[in-house]
Amino acid sequence: MTESTMKPPKKALTPVKWMREHLFSTWYNSLLTVVVGYLVVTSVGPLLNWALFDANFQGADASDCSGAGACWLFISQRLNFFIYGFYPDELQWRVDIMFLLLAVAFVPQFIERFPGRKWFGIFGMTGLPVIGYFLIPGGNFGLETVESTKWGGLMLTLILAYIGILASLPIGVLLALGRRSEMPIIRGLSVVFIEVWRAVPLITVLFMASVMLPLFLPEGMNFEKLMRALIGITLWQSAYMAEVIRGGLQAIPRGQYEAADALGLGYWKKMGLVVLPQALKLVIPGIVNTFISLFKDTTLVLIIGLFDVLGTVQSTVTDPAWQNVAVEGYVFVAFCFWIFCFGISRYSQNLERKLDTGHKT
Amino acid sequence: MGNPMTEQTQTSEVKSSAQGETGKNPGIIRVEGMHKWYGDFHVLKDLNLTVKQGERIVICGPSGSGKSTFIRCINRLEEHQQGKIIVDNVELTDDIRHIDTVRREVGMVFQHFNLFPHLTVLENCCLSPIWVRKVPRKEAEASAMEYLERVKIPDQAHKFPGQLSGGQQQRVAIARALCMKPKIMLFDEPTSALDPEMIKEVLDVMIELAGSGMTMLCVTHEMGFAKTVADRVIFMDGGEIVEEAPPHDFFSNPQEARTQQFLKQILAH
Amino acid sequence: MKKQTIDSKPAGPKPWYDPRVRSLFFQILAIAAVFWAGWTLVENTLSNMESRGISTGFGFLDETAGFGIIMSLVPYDSTMSYGRTFWVGLTNTLLVSAMGIIAATLLGFIIGVARLSSNWLVAKVSLFYIEVIRNIPLLLQIFFWYFAVLGALPSPRQSIEVGGTMFLNNRGLYVPEPLTQDGFGLVWGALLFAIAAVVGIRTWAKKRQLATGQIFPTFKVSVAILVVLPVLAYFIAGSPLEWDVPALKGFNFGGGITIIPELAALWLALSLYTASFIAEIVRSGILSVSKGQTEASKALGLPNGLTLRLVVIPQAMRVIIPPLTSQYLNLAKNSSLATAIGYPDLVAVFMGTTLNQTGQAVEVVAITMAVYLTISLSISLLMNIYNRAVAIKER
Repeated sequence: MTESTMKPPKKALTPVKWMREHLFSTWYNSLLTVVVGYLVVTSVGPLLNWALFDANFQGADASDCSGAGACWLFISQRLNFFIYGFYPDELQWRVDIMFLLLAVAFVPQFIERFPGRKWFGIFGMTGLPVIGYFLIPGGNFGLETVESTKWGGLMLTLILAYIGILASLPIGVLLALGRRSEMPIIRGLSVVFIEVWRAVPLITVLFMASVMLPLFLPEGMNFEKLMRALIGITLWQSAYMAEVIRGGLQAIPRGQYEAADALGLGYWKKMGLVVLPQALKLVIPGIVNTFISLFKDTTLVLIIGLFDVLGTVQSTVTDPAWQNVAVEGYVFVAFCFWIFCFGISRYSQNLERKLDTGHKT
Repeated sequence: MGNPMTEQTQTSEVKSSAQGETGKNPGIIRVEGMHKWYGDFHVLKDLNLTVKQGERIVICGPSGSGKSTFIRCINRLEEHQQGKIIVDNVELTDDIRHIDTVRREVGMVFQHFNLFPHLTVLENCCLSPIWVRKVPRKEAEASAMEYLERVKIPDQAHKFPGQLSGGQQQRVAIARALCMKPKIMLFDEPTSALDPEMIKEVLDVMIELAGSGMTMLCVTHEMGFAKTVADRVIFMDGGEIVEEAPPHDFFSNPQEARTQQFLKQILAH
Repeated sequence: MKKQTIDSKPAGPKPWYDPRVRSLFFQILAIAAVFWAGWTLVENTLSNMESRGISTGFGFLDETAGFGIIMSLVPYDSTMSYGRTFWVGLTNTLLVSAMGIIAATLLGFIIGVARLSSNWLVAKVSLFYIEVIRNIPLLLQIFFWYFAVLGALPSPRQSIEVGGTMFLNNRGLYVPEPLTQDGFGLVWGALLFAIAAVVGIRTWAKKRQLATGQIFPTFKVSVAILVVLPVLAYFIAGSPLEWDVPALKGFNFGGGITIIPELAALWLALSLYTASFIAEIVRSGILSVSKGQTEASKALGLPNGLTLRLVVIPQAMRVIIPPLTSQYLNLAKNSSLATAIGYPDLVAVFMGTTLNQTGQAVEVVAITMAVYLTISLSISLLMNIYNRAVAIKER
């Protein structure tokens, strides 16, 4: 075989040529480039000035902010509140441990060849919530009790999202199996449950949880506000989770069900040993995506009076001690959410691409 | 395998018509010193080919030899980087008008049919005549029905492609290409995606078409078809034309070692 | 044992091994559990409500509401009933949803197509927009527009003026209201005539194509007729339109149309946020049309514009429309975030103020959820009908 030594006729890739191809290929493209370029240039400059060059980073209180640029000082001064809410300063190490464990469990998931990263993930789904259950509220093992009304900030946001997703997973699996069940009544009940929750906005669910739940329960029995919000979020989220998992169940070829039947496995063994392991693996990207939207939706709890990260910032920007810091506060929260959501969505896209190729070849 | 019954008559008829036209035309397709790269990968190396009007050419070769890429260059679905391709006296360059002119005269049949799933069979056939050739709809439909008749599925005209079998879809694809009344037909492995029992129905249509004097370039592994209708068989390997001969010589007396090996493999069973 | 089973006639299995009996049993169990849970809830609720002195039933809908609402499409004042507050809330929800859907669709399609543009800068700017906007919580975006942007606008006396007719301040956007005068009927007449003319031209163009094969630029001519005729009629009738220009009266503006800042913030945030999702749907819809389709179309000699119009877009739309409707539903549901900034939507007015004043949580929550359920189910029903209509026919 003759190996070619000929090289393609080089299209000299000078910047001018690149620009002609990618920016000015036709008259309307040139026009677009000029207009969009103008908008970008005129907005980036002032934005950079505001956020960096004219901004104030150092100082003790509002009087140290010049007002010419962003007052980042506000963020650094109130950072503790934004992260821990009213959690007592001397006990914040307990929350820090949880942050650390969370990182230990999930950062390896982003690293392709991390040894035993599966086990870190399993720890994150099982051990982590158990430790958190004892550590954060305290009250056992000689730990001082911290009322859930004192929890707040980023910590509360993470708790809501994490428990919401974790608790809705098993309910979602059951609902998805129910919706695909051959028993008409089970199927009907699952469909009604799923469709009703999916049809209503989360706010109505949260209102319902905070207003109606106390009415539903027998007298004398009551939950604190956080618990009620969590119940509402979990029920609502499990309906979405069920639909994601149902997608995975449908993607498993009929042959797998038939093979399990042929091996003499009963319903639960067939589902638990053959179908669900495959289906759940397929829907990890879907679950991650629902996590992202739940994570963003947790901000709604501020409407029923919980102080999540947006809630803490919102309550501070109206603080008379600081003036005109709303934009800085919102930018800070936006940045927190953006980092999490963008990072996680990239992760799920990678996973999707990998699963995609895995199935085709 | 092709159609042994018609082999004798078909070939002789084909040969004579091809020779009849040779003198008038220097070649409806002329490929001169053509090279193509994908990035740094040299897929097509110094290809030279002249196809006369009415000639039938079969291109074969192992997979990855560049044969599909080659015929896709002829209607500019792929760009070549060096050399010349002249189709019906129009050179293929970056000029969009030239590309449009060539594509109007060159019909193509794909391995995976590529019928438009949102249009009925008849609409598939009429789309281009109406929008490109500006034929009145009634006329376009009448002529489409004629071609559907010719590929023997006029009764499916109002169905959607998804409702047809693979063989039927491929015959529709041939009819669709013919509706533009092209001077040249390109076939890119038209039978490779078909079940064995459907291959024959498509090949029969192609043989019939060959008999009508159409200039054809076929990339195919159907050696029976090559023996039956081809004026020339071209063997490609590694992006080069290795051997080029009339089918009789090609099959009974291949010159190159690579051709011999390829034929041994493909005819082994 | 073994021998016995072979010898005996194929008797049915013992009832607890019969799958049908089992399934019946489980289903009865499930129904019983649901009924028991429902019963307990109802009983608890009733006894709780009794002990708290909350009345039951829907009688409260006729009682006087006694609170004002800052914006209503239907006539409302505080002497009207709670039932009326429901309608005010519902129409406000529908208004902001409709406005949001229109804006988000336009913006989303533009950005989705721009994302696939061959223009590097345009493609990157759209990518940046999508990735930034959709990864930031909607509520935060609503706050940003409401408190940080609109809240920072000057007071009515220092309003930002646009040509002396439009005023922007921290109380809202004031635009002139068109008042039709005598003779405006001519413009309506012209519009009707233009529509009739367009229909006529379309039939004529089709006929001409049938006869001669020539293709008439129907779309461009239709647009021209629809614009030119009414404009012409407007001037012939002597510009029969007067504008009620808003003017500063005391501390605030009077006259014209007011867009309150709550509505503007909610509308902006909902549209911008949903547009980022729609853009992704549009992009993947266009990419979902396989390369073979465009290749086949090009091989048939169709130029790029026609390939897009006749082959790519019809197929992409089938992929785009189902997720698009679910985005519309999301937008309608998300409009309930209005309550966080005080836009009087259904949740804010009815589930908020009305519920607080009457205490009748069960009824109010049930009505509100029923509304959203109705919206959602009717849209899914339409969706299913549409899907069945356009489904690509397969064997």
